[in-house]
Amino acid sequence: MNHDNRTAVSLECVSKSFGGKNVLSDVSLQVAAGEALCILGRSGIGKSVTLKLMIALLKPDAGKIWIEQDEITNLTEENLSRVRRKMGFLFQDAALFDSLSVYENLALPLARLTNKSQEEIDFMVDKVLRQVGLAADKKTMPSELSGGMRKRAGLARALVLEPKILLADEPSSGLDRITAAEIDELLLQQKTERQTTLIVVTHDVRGARRVGDRFAIFDQGHLVCHGTADEVERSDNKTARELISL
Amino acid sequence: MTKIFEFIGKVSLFGFRVIADLFRPPFEVAQIARQLAEIGARSVPLVAASGFALGAVMTLHTRSTLVTFGAEAEIPTVQSLAFFVEIGPLVAGLLLAGRVGSGIGAVLANMRVTEQIDGIESLSIDSFKFLVVPRVVACVIAAPLLTLFMDFSGLLAGFVAEHAVSHISFHLYITRAFASLDWANFIPPTLKTAVFGFIIGTVSAYFGYTINEGAQGVGKAATNSVVLSSLLLIVSDVILVKCIAFVFAGTAL
Repeated sequence: MNHDNRTAVSLECVSKSFGGKNVLSDVSLQVAAGEALCILGRSGIGKSVTLKLMIALLKPDAGKIWIEQDEITNLTEENLSRVRRKMGFLFQDAALFDSLSVYENLALPLARLTNKSQEEIDFMVDKVLRQVGLAADKKTMPSELSGGMRKRAGLARALVLEPKILLADEPSSGLDRITAAEIDELLLQQKTERQTTLIVVTHDVRGARRVGDRFAIFDQGHLVCHGTADEVERSDNKTARELISL
Repeated sequence: MTKIFEFIGKVSLFGFRVIADLFRPPFEVAQIARQLAEIGARSVPLVAASGFALGAVMTLHTRSTLVTFGAEAEIPTVQSLAFFVEIGPLVAGLLLAGRVGSGIGAVLANMRVTEQIDGIESLSIDSFKFLVVPRVVACVIAAPLLTLFMDFSGLLAGFVAEHAVSHISFHLYITRAFASLDWANFIPPTLKTAVFGFIIGTVSAYFGYTINEGAQGVGKAATNSVVLSSLLLIVSDVILVKCIAFVFAGTAL
């Protein structure tokens, strides 16, 4: 498999099972730097697992995963930490630390992982919060935020370290169409302005078509189709055709 | 049986990892201070109130017995020895296991279930060092300090109860209380609670941090934390009492 400088993320024959149940079987996939890939598929077929494998929150049972030039399945904690700093992760339920305010949630990684002064941290946090439209809510606790605001705050935290690769797990789930479109717009903005590689797991085909350059369709633990919207629409696989045209 | 040994091995490795990570930078001073306030300072009212109630009850019980033998002058001595040697450390430890153990177990389990721990890891922050180590360290520091609160509030309650009956002066009560108290009966029993703190912190954090169930696992983690840390605390007390008696032979009770 080719792991040149243009490849941001690469999966090679990756398999993963939980308690004897095969969730991913022999999945191979490449995402080019600066590209937006949307992963589509029915519920419970391993889309979120794929994202967690990419950031090494889970380890594959078999296969290899590259983030740029680093093969991450056997990295030490120290090297893994270095690789993760290139990545941001927007969790499905935002996964904000509920004991910290929105500001503290964003300032934490900056304070711990960079040498920035307090003024620089404040500037960065304010800048990202303005981008996601939460500038007025930085002192708010996560429990006081609405679903859409939590998603925005989660996205802000994922972006605060200016990652080269952004993984988003169902960024529009549970949101109304307008808010979902705003989140999609923020993702697109990252891609166009900062050339961030986006990998988005979603059920929202309309949003996926807006954000994605290419689409990966998963079915029963297998990658059944991979390509542009036109290529997926012309695919032999019925599930892929149905999913992309919903 | 295999599962029990497997479990003991896992908890032991978890405890060793806490010790190893404690001496590896970054040193989570701010997090330790935060947890010390949560675990230590917020437990003071419970521990002090319990110590006061226990002290009063203890004096009422011992008085009726000692009066029978004409030994009521020994009440302060009995009270101080009982509290400093055993009641204070053990009850403070059990109260800490109840209040803090369940809290640590539930909080960490909830963070695991809601992907907050994954969130920390995804930000290149070592979640074990950030969440587990400060909690265990705070328990180790807080336990002896809370034991002192328990000891002295028990002694104060003993004086109040005794003064109400015999009008003994505070000065005389304290003089008698400390007359027979050797350092070996004060320092080692107080410091042994640091081991209790380590057990409570490690066991509770283990159940919370390693949970792999859904929301129902949060309650289970909290319950298991209290039950197992209380049990291990009592078992370790027996061993530590024997160790103290061996090291301080002739002076320790």
